[in-house]
Amino acid sequence: MVNKTNILPAFKPALGFTLLYLGLVVLIPLSTLLFKTLAPDSLLTWQGYINIISNERVQAAFKVSFLAALLAAAIALVLGFVIAWTLVRYTIPAKRFFDAIIDLPFALPTAVAGIVLASIYAPNGLLGKPLTELGFKVAFTPAGIVIALIFIGLPFVVRTIEPVLQELDTSMEEAASSMGASRWQIFQRIIFPNVFPAALTGFAMAFARGVGEYGSVIFIAGNMPYISEIVPLLIITKLEQYDYAGATALALTMLLVSFALLLTINVVQMLLRRRTSETLAPIVAVTP
Amino acid sequence: MSIILNNISKKFGNFSALNNINLEIPEGELVALLGPSGCGKTTLLRIIAGLERPDSGQVLLKGEDKTHKDIRERGIGFVFQHYALFRHMTVFENIAFGLRVKPRKQRPNETEIKKKVHALLELVQLDWLHDRYPDQLSGGQRQRIALARALAVEPEVLLLDEPFGALDASVRKDLRQWLRHLHENLNVTSIFVTHDQEEAMEVASRVVVFNHGNLEQQGSPSEIYDNPVNEFVSRFIGDTNVITLEKHHTDWLQLSGLVIVPEAANSVHIRPHDLEITKSSSDSAATATLKDWQHLGALIRIELAKQGANGSPETLYAEMPNEQFKRLQLSKGDKVALRIRHAHWFDAA
Repeated sequence: MVNKTNILPAFKPALGFTLLYLGLVVLIPLSTLLFKTLAPDSLLTWQGYINIISNERVQAAFKVSFLAALLAAAIALVLGFVIAWTLVRYTIPAKRFFDAIIDLPFALPTAVAGIVLASIYAPNGLLGKPLTELGFKVAFTPAGIVIALIFIGLPFVVRTIEPVLQELDTSMEEAASSMGASRWQIFQRIIFPNVFPAALTGFAMAFARGVGEYGSVIFIAGNMPYISEIVPLLIITKLEQYDYAGATALALTMLLVSFALLLTINVVQMLLRRRTSETLAPIVAVTP
Repeated sequence: MSIILNNISKKFGNFSALNNINLEIPEGELVALLGPSGCGKTTLLRIIAGLERPDSGQVLLKGEDKTHKDIRERGIGFVFQHYALFRHMTVFENIAFGLRVKPRKQRPNETEIKKKVHALLELVQLDWLHDRYPDQLSGGQRQRIALARALAVEPEVLLLDEPFGALDASVRKDLRQWLRHLHENLNVTSIFVTHDQEEAMEVASRVVVFNHGNLEQQGSPSEIYDNPVNEFVSRFIGDTNVITLEKHHTDWLQLSGLVIVPEAANSVHIRPHDLEITKSSSDSAATATLKDWQHLGALIRIELAKQGANGSPETLYAEMPNEQFKRLQLSKGDKVALRIRHAHWFDAA
């Protein structure tokens, strides 16, 4: 790994720098959580942990958090693909404008987004009113959470799929149709497999962000225990009640579940990548 | 299958890519669409394929009007300049693609697909690469796989867009020969686009020359080389000496044995091998000074300087076999007599 004749300069400083900052910014805060929980003088005993986690309200919150994040990421994936496709493949008026507003959810304070979404989808709001008349209640239900998380997750999906679509050689699609493939077959067999790894990354990022999202959700969710209460809110609630052990237990569980899910997605991607092109077989080039 | 193009025109914005193209390609021919880049040859190929729609005109395949038919319904095979192999599939799956996407009733079963793909791989002599991915192949191998893939659906016409454009010179040379032999065996009507006149002359049985969206000339390679219809074709195919006609030249040309015929013509094109050189014996002959020469293998290219219209020197090129040149025993600066065996007259407006 550490190659003395590495052609790229500054391998050692770059590696050192990377490890230092990964440690300071990511690893130390996260491992503190772990060590605090596992420390002998910890407020949390194993039995206490089990008790906190098996609490029905807590379990309901976990269910809401992870299911809403998964569903929102899945919807954002479909919408994001269509948006990326439109931006890359078609010439539409004001393309640059649309391209720019995709990133707005990145920049907007999430609380602002939450308040705006809540007021629009409230039963007397701009979209909430017609929806209520149709019998759909969005704000202050789990559906509201999903909408807020789609809003937050969409740019991740668009921004990961867009460059891959740009790079995708359209002559592959032309070749496929010259061989008689239908549009659906072209999507299924050519476009989808090429975009899938990027789509999975976008999905994973949207999901990860959605699980941890707090600001935009609490305004629209209604935060009813057992129905629309998310884990991050429970953590804050426990902190406000000086229940540090409880907050730590929830945080640790979230950390572990999220890590396990992201790891799974990464492994899937690795397997996919190994299946296409980058096999270990030597490249033999002979004159034709 | 025969191809007939009637009055095809195509514009991209204000740019006129093709003007009223009429072309008939009989069954079984191997045709080259030849021209400089931007002349519309690729656009025409894509119109035949159905990848572009003409603004006006008709595309008839086998006598049927297919102008508004989708590429899927045309029975063509298309080979792209940059191969367009499916990079997420193995070579085998690439070739099997056309068979796998057939409607269920026409779709061959797995054993038949296997047999067919291996037969095609053997045809392109690359069966041993069947489980590789396109990234692991050389350019020449990729192009042959692309060809096998296009042939898998048994197209009635094979269209190739600059098939050798992205390859090394030596690989290109081998593939040209190979394509011609393949065409002889399969006898499927084939059209390929190229900007390389040598390639067109070497591979095709018929050459169609384009310039600025116009069809300039079509015919067999020798017809086009021996009888170019206009100045563009003459300059584009092979090397030529261009002399613009003026009073001063007329005398010189007559001395060199050329009878000046056409009234309207104002330029004369002379192929380098149509310029005969002898040692100057009398002053009555058309003369030039030997400036330099280069070995081109079997031929010698001779650089000659002759007095131009207003006293400035003009350069002419002549070619002759190596042996013949040695026998003349010329050295730099010698005066030589020129005789023009054959020339083409054009009215370069």
